Amino acid sequence: MAGSGRAHLRPEDETLLRVEHLNVEFPVGGGRVVYAVSGISFDIAKGETLGLVGESGCGKSTTGRAILQLPRPTSGSVVLNGVDLMELDGEGMREKRTDLQMIFQDPISSLNPRRTVGEVVAEPLQVWGPHDEDKQWDIVADMLEAVGIDPGVARYKRPHEFSGGQCQRISIARALVLEPELIICDEPVSALDVSVQAQILNLLEDLKAEYGLTLVFIAHDLAVVKNISDRVAVMYLGKMCEISETDEMYANPAHPYTQLLLESIPEPDPLAVLDDRAEIEGELPSPLAPPSGCRFRTRCPYADETCARVEPQMRRVSEDHYVACHHPLVPVDETEVQIDV
Amino acid sequence: MSERATGTAGNEPFLVVEDLKTHFTVPAGTVKAVDGVSLELRRGQTLGIVGESGSGKTVLSRSIMRLNIGGNVHTTGSVRYDGRELIGLKAKEMQSIWGLEMAMVFQDPMTSLNPVVKVGRQLTEHLRFHLNVSKSEARQTAIELLRSVKIPEPETRIDNYPHEMSGGMRQRVCIAIALACGPRVLFADEPTTALDVTVQHQILNLLATQQKERFMSMIMVTHDLGVVAGRADEIIVMYAGKVVEKAPTATLFAEMKHPYTEALLRSIPKIAQPKHSRLSAILGRPPDLINPPPGCSFAPRCPYAQQRCHEEKPVLSPGSTPGHQFACHFPVGTPEAREAFDRNLAAGLPVTLAAAGDSKVSDDDLVTSAGGA
Repeated sequence: MAGSGRAHLRPEDETLLRVEHLNVEFPVGGGRVVYAVSGISFDIAKGETLGLVGESGCGKSTTGRAILQLPRPTSGSVVLNGVDLMELDGEGMREKRTDLQMIFQDPISSLNPRRTVGEVVAEPLQVWGPHDEDKQWDIVADMLEAVGIDPGVARYKRPHEFSGGQCQRISIARALVLEPELIICDEPVSALDVSVQAQILNLLEDLKAEYGLTLVFIAHDLAVVKNISDRVAVMYLGKMCEISETDEMYANPAHPYTQLLLESIPEPDPLAVLDDRAEIEGELPSPLAPPSGCRFRTRCPYADETCARVEPQMRRVSEDHYVACHHPLVPVDETEVQIDV
Repeated sequence: MSERATGTAGNEPFLVVEDLKTHFTVPAGTVKAVDGVSLELRRGQTLGIVGESGSGKTVLSRSIMRLNIGGNVHTTGSVRYDGRELIGLKAKEMQSIWGLEMAMVFQDPMTSLNPVVKVGRQLTEHLRFHLNVSKSEARQTAIELLRSVKIPEPETRIDNYPHEMSGGMRQRVCIAIALACGPRVLFADEPTTALDVTVQHQILNLLATQQKERFMSMIMVTHDLGVVAGRADEIIVMYAGKVVEKAPTATLFAEMKHPYTEALLRSIPKIAQPKHSRLSAILGRPPDLINPPPGCSFAPRCPYAQQRCHEEKPVLSPGSTPGHQFACHFPVGTPEAREAFDRNLAAGLPVTLAAAGDSKVSDDDLVTSAGGA
């Protein structure tokens, strides 16, 4: 891992978003720095859903926000449709944000309680037009309809009159109203009950098919991520461990961390064998002083001296499956090792 | 599973709850949070209580321990512990039960510890109170407890404040506190909901080993069927303050009878399914607990619901397998249920369409159809 490298990136003309060598660091006083995201690279093709998974503190939310330049990453590049967002000035970025939207974890607190639903969803249009109110309402009504909220009923109601699941639908309508290229979903279903979670996941799938959306789906629940993602990237302590087509990764995890994550999931099956071996010893090290070499080595059952010394690079396992590990669980293509500085 | 089941077969239940009701008086009326629940617990047994938010599972566990306090709480029914009736006891009298006989691990380890008291004192407080041990003895016991819940360097950690520990570590401390006086029943109220999946695994394994070592009983409250599937001997499914289905774990998964249990299980994304598998969502939301529907409380969201379900409350009755009980007029898997489902599908009921995998229906269709009916 936790490694660096760009072997897994696809040709630029096939992708909508390409993030390279992204670093996000937060100074915390006393000259100390939190290395939240360190040198990760990934890309997303148009119409694709990329799942970002990892434990809390692994930098998955920071990565999502860094794409939106909230806040600006320390270094690296974030290229959307050929434009490097890192090089845009404030006004340029403001205009570019119409192509990028976000859906947050807590649906109730992410809607202004004093505005009506009609106002909340129309707000982006207030800024970007059309400025004619009737035209705005037509667009808003279509969007509310699309997310399964009755526009006539909802227009003059306020967020507290809706359940958590309905508020999340309204947030989705607000994110869609400018027809963005890319939506970052930051744990959009974590705060919801399982029954409502299924509704929202189905809705996102439908909207994706209808509007050709490209999503970055951040979550800690691996089953949820598997359900919605075309590709999944596993993060650990600010680094990317493994990135792969979804079914391939869940069938053949190559990184020990991915395997441990998968073995930790409680399956709703009474016959599932409880495996005490699968326990990851210890906890996430501090991102103030990340371990040398592979960042996962302090908890990895396969770690040796090489892991402490050399940071693993992304290596190819199979078509669209890459792993950054010195001791991968499945054979990797040794010839493609590319050292990149 | 089977060996655990036989291990509990011979012994008599020591905790018997009968027709327990907890109602809260609020300005809008009476909230029937727990409405007539009965259960039994044997030595060494793990009981899982499953349901959505608002189903009354937390209130139930707190009612058994008599932790619901306030002038607007009305608890009736019977909770017999070793033959002693707990309902009606004063808080002072409950002190001999709390910690010594029953203990609880709460959901949020961030807020269930006192932030301005060192964990050592929080651990030794009730040891000193209940077991009348000296300060130094209590400290030694506390260190041993921290070691048994796998906290590294317990000798130094005992002098930490909660904020110096991670969430997983704090939950281990909470478990150590609950175990300190060797209770016979441990209530775990969503013990891992606030934790990461890897830490969740550690904590669940810790609870299981401690339970085995101490031959303790456990009541595990959770919304995640996955958490209890491999760990509980028996599962109770709650909906709107009532038990809708109750069965030994293997039976529940193999032959679930209540449509709510079925819907709950089907709405969970599973690792074994390929990506983009359609989930069957449950439309609508749990009913208003002040004015519950006259018939079955799940009827408005049930794909099998018939006229009878809206009018007549089903009672919890035994099924064909021993220990299996459910409250439903059209149990899943019976020909009547299949017929009812087909009839609803033909009539285009939104809940049935959604259960059949139609994505175009949403909560609003439900409101419209309810309004029209």
